Amino acid sequence: MVRFLLRRLLNYVVLCLVATFLAYSLASLTFRPLSTLQNRQPPPPPQTIAAKSAELNLDQPIPRRFLTWAGGVVQGDFGNTVVSAPIGEQVLSRAGTSLRLFLAGTLIGVTLGVLIGVAGAVRQYRPSDYLATLFSFLMLSTPVFVVGTLLKVVWLPVNQAAGTQILYFSGEVTAGFQGTFTESLVDRLQHLVLPTVAIALGQIAFYSRYQRSAMLDVLGSDFLRTAQAKGLTRRRALFRHGLRTALIPMATLFAFGFGLLVTGGVFTERIFGWFGMGDWLIVGVQQQDANIVATVTLFVAVLVLVSGWLSDALYAALDPRVRIR
Amino acid sequence: MLEVRDLEVSFPSEAGRVAAVRGLSFDVGAGEVLGIVGESGSGKSVSALATMGLLPPQARIGGSIRFHGTELLGKSDVALSRIRGRRIAMVFQDPLSALTPIFTVGDQVAEALRVHDPKLAKKAAAERAVDLLDLVGIPHARARSASFPHEFSGGMRQRVVIAMAIANDPDLIIADEPTTALDVTVQAQVLDVLKTAQEITGAGIVLITHDLGVVAGVADRLMVMYAGRAVEQGAVDEVFGHPRMPYTLGLLGSVPRLDATEKRPLVPIEGQPPPMTDLPPGCPFTLRCPMAVERCSAEEPALEVVGPGPGGPEPHRSACWRSGDIERVEHDVAGAGADTAATLFGVRAPAPGAAGTDGRPDRPVVLDVVDLVKHYPVTTGSVFRRRVGTVHAVDGISFDIREGEVLGLVGESGCGKTTTLMEILGLEPPMGGRIVVLGSDVAGLGRRARVAVRRDLQVVFQDPVASLDPRLPVGDVIGEPLEVHGVARPQIRRRVAELLDLVGLRPDHANRYPAEFSGGQRQRIGIARALALEPKVLILDEPVSALDVSIRAGVINLLEDLRARLGLAFLFVAHDLSVVRHVADRVAVMYLGKIVEIGAVDRVFAAPSHPYTQALLSAIPIPDPAVERRRERILLRGDLPSPADPPSGCRFRTRCPLFVELDESRRRRCVTEEPPRAAVGSGHEAACHFAHAREVV
Repeated sequence: MVRFLLRRLLNYVVLCLVATFLAYSLASLTFRPLSTLQNRQPPPPPQTIAAKSAELNLDQPIPRRFLTWAGGVVQGDFGNTVVSAPIGEQVLSRAGTSLRLFLAGTLIGVTLGVLIGVAGAVRQYRPSDYLATLFSFLMLSTPVFVVGTLLKVVWLPVNQAAGTQILYFSGEVTAGFQGTFTESLVDRLQHLVLPTVAIALGQIAFYSRYQRSAMLDVLGSDFLRTAQAKGLTRRRALFRHGLRTALIPMATLFAFGFGLLVTGGVFTERIFGWFGMGDWLIVGVQQQDANIVATVTLFVAVLVLVSGWLSDALYAALDPRVRIR
Repeated sequence: MLEVRDLEVSFPSEAGRVAAVRGLSFDVGAGEVLGIVGESGSGKSVSALATMGLLPPQARIGGSIRFHGTELLGKSDVALSRIRGRRIAMVFQDPLSALTPIFTVGDQVAEALRVHDPKLAKKAAAERAVDLLDLVGIPHARARSASFPHEFSGGMRQRVVIAMAIANDPDLIIADEPTTALDVTVQAQVLDVLKTAQEITGAGIVLITHDLGVVAGVADRLMVMYAGRAVEQGAVDEVFGHPRMPYTLGLLGSVPRLDATEKRPLVPIEGQPPPMTDLPPGCPFTLRCPMAVERCSAEEPALEVVGPGPGGPEPHRSACWRSGDIERVEHDVAGAGADTAATLFGVRAPAPGAAGTDGRPDRPVVLDVVDLVKHYPVTTGSVFRRRVGTVHAVDGISFDIREGEVLGLVGESGCGKTTTLMEILGLEPPMGGRIVVLGSDVAGLGRRARVAVRRDLQVVFQDPVASLDPRLPVGDVIGEPLEVHGVARPQIRRRVAELLDLVGLRPDHANRYPAEFSGGQRQRIGIARALALEPKVLILDEPVSALDVSIRAGVINLLEDLRARLGLAFLFVAHDLSVVRHVADRVAVMYLGKIVEIGAVDRVFAAPSHPYTQALLSAIPIPDPAVERRRERILLRGDLPSPADPPSGCRFRTRCPLFVELDESRRRRCVTEEPPRAAVGSGHEAACHFAHAREVV
């Protein structure tokens, strides 16, 4: 099994390379990184433009440019932006920002989603189940930027009533904040809550729907009946035999769900003014910068593939039938 | 011990409340085996689940179920859970889904022990679980207890379920169709284990089944259920010998007998059970009953004593207004040597004209299969596929079918029957060997010629529900082959009406959709479709195994009738040997991709020469308690070996009862040398080095 997972990991390196290459080529083909320079008034001398072009390797074919960039990445150098700032300096802080949001959102989304799904299945067609279903469909049909904006609108009066900023709407930390470690942690949490909720709500809706139907399958299964026939109470049979079995399909979904979350993350970061990877992608597009786009793509690809890999490992841990000897 | 009184169970449904069980009363004494038979939907399983307290919460239950004097109905789940598995245990129908896939079988058996005895140490429970697994006949129980359910075959899983059921030495075991999903040889093994379990625990058993043969040998008493009620009850010999309710008579008459010496007509029970939402007053069997009188549709008869049980206190009861008349008819026909059921249901002897095996060499061969081979590669890896083995699905089989002849192809699941069918139906050049249909070798067929041959070779599938497109009206389903072969529209319409009539449906059925028909009717539609092009050879893949017993007889009779009238040849694939005996002229027995015995039905069934055929035949229960008790079973050990790794020499030697008795030098021959098919009689061949005939039926 370990060997299988390692081999998978090796496959993923190739996949990451392919995904990044595609994004890089697409960006390089459509972007005009020199346009800002060319449109400047008065027009800069041709030598300046030529020098910039050479600096950006624009005279080389795209695969060649990609190889130069990828070669740098292996050594920890992500290249420069169009305005000659090294990308590497921002990668860590932006990745950290995004990861904090994604991980918190996923953790809360998966946990609550599974719990609500199980509860809905066990109490099928009761008011609580209908309520959860209504919530899920509302959330699934509302784009994340609407949810984010709504959260802001809803929370604003609360802050006003309290007379102080309980939760912040923008940024990941108060600018120029000074204080002890605990104080700074609290400050960060105050910033974290609303964007995390915005992401988690969609995740809860997504996982709870699937968990509910998986659990309903298990509820009608023969083996649950066998467990009860052995003398387990219904509740005990449900928890011991039912729950883990119903979690198996969730492991596969996790890989998809995470991809969905990352896409939603782009908007969430923008709305709440977080300088994360999603925000960067938009900056990169605005500045016609292939290097930024490729870097963000690589980050997303790594995240999605790691989540896929995790879901494989999770699947094997939950279900003995897929374990490979 | 168990007293069920006036049990009523109903479920809500879109069409109104479904009364699944209506006033059912029965007792089970200590150490007694009660058989409950009935068709699907008769309320057998629901009553069992009611006893266990395992019905879904929306079920409404009334009446009384007392166990050792304590009322079970109305007890809380916690209180019932103390009885379930400890005093009353249950074995379910489908062993493939009855075990939790994520726990090892050892853990699951141990759990059954620990849940009733929390003080029992984990280790001790695991030890005891190994003992139990050993007891129910799991080889290498200690090692296998760490395996997961998916690593076990169906029969082995059912043994595990039985091990869990007997773990706490229960007073009562309810077995709900415990062998329905299993092959006959495995069924015999599992019934044997169940018997052993009863001997060890001394438990009473409620054996629920639709197979009259299964209860005949095992049960002490029998209860026949129809539409949620008991319609006949009594000692097993009494009910089998002197049924007093037309439904029981029909059931008994509808199953082909393995021990029949002459062709006996099967009794089809026309129609289907009434919908359980809106039962008409009167006896629910009225509409299907050949002896119904006015009173039957006005008043539902109660279960009344119709005769004493021989040598026992158990009286024979039946719910029929005319049970007295049945007794009279039984008396009359006994003198004439006729069959009560056939007389009452007015069944004629099968139409003459079936060719049988007379003059066989003179008739032309319609389907000739010579040394047919089909291997599947076993591969690994996704990008770079490597071949790591070969599944020998069909490994050189030969047979021929002559005009107007029926060849039955039998064997357990996994023996290669279906692969053989698919190879023949594909009309592609086979991997090895030859397939000749009506004189033309399929290997040399061009595209057009292949289409022409298809006209003459048609198929009827096993599952009548899945094999008909639910979105096409029946007329289109039947007419489609004609359309494909370019028949004009008005002509198609005429032919469809003709075909519907031929299979016993009404021409106006053509506008309805498959969902409006019952299983038996759908299979008739499937047959009509197969006959549309007037084929000469019909391939039937388990055509009746998905149907209820009473429906089965009607379809079999239809097939026989069609064959006689249209002069068709059948390749009849089935696992049910009694059906094959009834329908076929010749039979070929397959084991692991080989034909081990082939010959005329009468010869093969009367004097089977291959040990596998003998075991197969002896495993099939005969619906006659007296015969069944006297029979000796040849039990096969273990399961079918993997066709990816068949044993050397004779493939059957690993399970062969004869091999065990042989001396060393003879055994070596079985291990090293593959036995060729050799003649053991006229037209009768067996592939065994030490073939000798033995009577087992």
